[in-house]
Amino acid sequence: MLIRMLPELGHFALILALAMALLQAVVPLVGAATRRPLWMAFAQPMTWGQFAFLVIAYLCLTASFALDDFSVAYVANNSNSLLPWYYKLSAVWGSHEGSVLLWGLILGGWSFAVSLFSRRLPRDMLARVLAVMGWISSGFLLFILLTSNPFERVLPNVPSDGSDLNPLLQDFGLIVHPPMLYMGYVGFSVVFAFAMAALLGGRLDAAWTRWARPWTNIAWAFLTVGIALGSWWAYYELGWGGWWFWDPVENASLLPWLAGTALIHSLAVTEKRGTFKNWTVLLAIFTFSLSLLGTFLVRSGVLTSVHAFANDPSRGTFILGLLGLTVGLSLAIFAWRAPRVQSLAGFGWLSRDSLLLVNNILLVVMTVTVLLGTVYPLLLDALNLGKISVGPPYFNALFVPLTALLCLFMGLGPLARWKRMPGRELARRLALSAVLAIVIAAGLPLLYGGSFSLGVTLGLLLALWLMLSLARDVFDKTRPAHAGKAGRRGRLANLRKLTPAYWGMVLGHLGLAVTIVGVAMVSHYNVERNVRLAPGDSVDVAGYRFAMTDFRERQGPNYVADTATLEVTRPGRGGFVMQPEKRFYTASGMPMTDVALRPGLFRDLYVALGEELDNGDWSLRIQLKPFVRWLWLGALMMAAGGLLAVLDRRYRRVARRDAALRRAETPAAELNDDRVSPEISR
Amino acid sequence: MAVIRWLLLVCLLVASSAASAAIEIQHFDDPALDGRYRALTERLRCPKCQNESIGASNSPISADMRARVAERLRAGDSDAEIEQAMISRFGDYVLYDPRLDARTWLLWGLPFALVVVGGGVIAAFVIRRRRLRHADLDAEERRRLQALMARHTDDAAKETS
Amino acid sequence: MKRRLLLLIPLAIFAVLVAFFYRGLAKDPAARDSALLAKPFPAFELSTLADASQRLDRSLLEGQVTLVNVWGEWCPTCKQEMPQLLELADRGVRLVGVDYKDTRENGRRFLDEYGDPFTVSLFDPEGSLGFDLGVYGAPESFLVDADGVIRYHHTGYITPQDVEQVILPQVAQWQ
Repeated sequence: MLIRMLPELGHFALILALAMALLQAVVPLVGAATRRPLWMAFAQPMTWGQFAFLVIAYLCLTASFALDDFSVAYVANNSNSLLPWYYKLSAVWGSHEGSVLLWGLILGGWSFAVSLFSRRLPRDMLARVLAVMGWISSGFLLFILLTSNPFERVLPNVPSDGSDLNPLLQDFGLIVHPPMLYMGYVGFSVVFAFAMAALLGGRLDAAWTRWARPWTNIAWAFLTVGIALGSWWAYYELGWGGWWFWDPVENASLLPWLAGTALIHSLAVTEKRGTFKNWTVLLAIFTFSLSLLGTFLVRSGVLTSVHAFANDPSRGTFILGLLGLTVGLSLAIFAWRAPRVQSLAGFGWLSRDSLLLVNNILLVVMTVTVLLGTVYPLLLDALNLGKISVGPPYFNALFVPLTALLCLFMGLGPLARWKRMPGRELARRLALSAVLAIVIAAGLPLLYGGSFSLGVTLGLLLALWLMLSLARDVFDKTRPAHAGKAGRRGRLANLRKLTPAYWGMVLGHLGLAVTIVGVAMVSHYNVERNVRLAPGDSVDVAGYRFAMTDFRERQGPNYVADTATLEVTRPGRGGFVMQPEKRFYTASGMPMTDVALRPGLFRDLYVALGEELDNGDWSLRIQLKPFVRWLWLGALMMAAGGLLAVLDRRYRRVARRDAALRRAETPAAELNDDRVSPEISR
Repeated sequence: MAVIRWLLLVCLLVASSAASAAIEIQHFDDPALDGRYRALTERLRCPKCQNESIGASNSPISADMRARVAERLRAGDSDAEIEQAMISRFGDYVLYDPRLDARTWLLWGLPFALVVVGGGVIAAFVIRRRRLRHADLDAEERRRLQALMARHTDDAAKETS
Repeated sequence: MKRRLLLLIPLAIFAVLVAFFYRGLAKDPAARDSALLAKPFPAFELSTLADASQRLDRSLLEGQVTLVNVWGEWCPTCKQEMPQLLELADRGVRLVGVDYKDTRENGRRFLDEYGDPFTVSLFDPEGSLGFDLGVYGAPESFLVDADGVIRYHHTGYITPQDVEQVILPQVAQWQ
């Protein structure tokens, strides 16, 4: 009996979660404003309660999928009794309603984590942070309950079986990609909440940035992995070997990533130097706003698809309202509360401060460019100026030079000191790296195959510049006090002395270099041939011989497939077999290309089966994609760098110091906290 | 990440075109022509599909358009002529690379303007900050500054080295 | 005060963006504008569906307002559209059909089965005229004035409401 009521139970849990989120949003804020400790302390139990009920709701929906309860409309539309169990569980987020529920669950999870790990925060700060997250939660839960309820039943005519999950989604990619991406999107709500709490509480010193930095890094790392997984999934799943399409949906994830990258850097400046304070708050608002904007663009169907959600315009309107309210309110609070006092720490033309300023400006320009290209067709259409398309040629034309410019300064950044760096010293330290980068970048393509390409040379040059300047920095930082054997030991000891935060930076920057190598190589040295083959035929592509030895029809669990068997050989090397397929999913009637992949660190072989041609031959697309794995490898390195930096002892030490401060909390100390700290408000 | 793309595809009525890429054999004797064919079919957008170039799409209209592109390339038309021929039939929508005109100057111009403005902001910022560094301090301020700087460098040494 | 105003800039930009998005919500992103409006009907030389030896060209469309309808036997929506086209023909609109990417046999059977509202149907098996018209799916309809200039482009299905509310007023306007 209880099992039959699971959807209702889930629905009820969702309503309770909303009630708690509302309490979490209101009570602690009032408490903080009126200085009532008990009211402020209300935030934590409400956060836990909200999360608990979200988990219950989520588990109820998952159970409906696991138990094939097709009386639930969402299950009936996205599952099937024959679907393997792991796809049933991930089909929960296979479409709109469940995705939004996952969004809400993850938001609850982040709030829960903040309430657990930030107990050392000043009471009022924590109360405000959780309250802001409560507001966001309330908005989203309202959205789910009013427009996208996943627990809706189809009664009384329950379908006997579900209409199956889209075959494209029956893949490992669906299991990992959306949760990672959402962890990133939603994770930026934490830094947003910290910024808002700092604004509301008038504590716009550097302290909030120190608390927010680890959270921001973690969210950013998740988003990085999420985007990389999406790119990888699209690469092998969609069948034409592209890894980035500048599709609005992709751009929606890139936007918060770019803004988040700028944010990570500006948080560092604000924390270390107390400068750029308003700017950092603004970036925190922007980053989360872009997450919300991405959600709006994807969910409302304004940009991509008429089929998406046109039947329910209330969703688009609701999300737009939510977006307008969140961003509008936060920007208004920013305009109202942002300190007028300018921080007046000085720095020179060449300094880490100014280079980070350059980084921020460039990243913001990149963000605006992607945003502009993504929404421009919509803007023109709204003005009745006709329909245009903005696609890869536009984005590539602008993004590539901007990235190049960014990398140029990125090589200087880690070596420059705060405040002021004599140009001569910087030049001396980097001269060797620059010369080596130029020489190797010019020489390497010659080794690779002789064909010269400006794109590859430029890409390699930038990547090498990043790598070599970092190497130089590590080398200089570990320079031992003595020469000789003792010196070598000294170098090792010094190497150990470098902090995780430093290694995180190195790894992150190296990751970008690796990705750039991948992009440059695969974009310019990609070999692609469309060929026609019949069993017994063979063809030579890029030094490999592809011989079709067999072609047969195969019955899969829920599809029929035409399978080609290719023996791939290379003179002087062993061969291997590749089996590209063309599948026809019987339940949904959808054809799918199942690509045969032979991955490698330096090249992928990629074979897709096309159509049957007039005389019984088959068309095949054979591609050799050099260094394509480096794209995602670099992204993983970036994410790892972001996480490594979080491990820095500094945060723990600071936390201890804050705790000590709080124990000694006196009215005077609190008063002092409200003021702008003396070193910056001379 | 083409891939909350899946979300759209779920709701797509003709999702098949996205799931199976177009593979077609167009043979050009001249490799330069082959390169132009590939570039053009990537730059032209399928008017019927979700968001795909005619090179990637499997829909019948894309096949027609590809055939037309190949035919015109063999006939010796320039890229611009071929693009124009497509635009005059299907509208500006089919070009992924929007042409610079009265409607798109903002699209193409804003990023460049922002780079310039950004450069100006940086310059203004640094010039003001530099002056600040050199601003005259009285003895008391100087003493405080030095104390602070000493503390800062200590901190920095502890925190970053 | 001036600084405070500066801080309002992000809010202002955002407000404008939201206004655009709001308007965008009401728009159909799949709607396309026709590139051929106010342009002469493209040149063609095709046989008719009824008679393979009869060749017709653009002069067919001169002298009278004509609704050119692109259809095909393979297109299910075209079947649903037929009653509306028959009604239009009844009410005195001159209709010319383009049987698009079809076989002669299927096309003729289609008209036998669902009725023939067309004064004549052009036979376009390769879809060359359709392509020149920028057709990317059937049905599509073009209203051509007496000088052979395209005045209105209807993408997709003509609904029973469209007959009264859209097509007939357009025909009257260009008469």
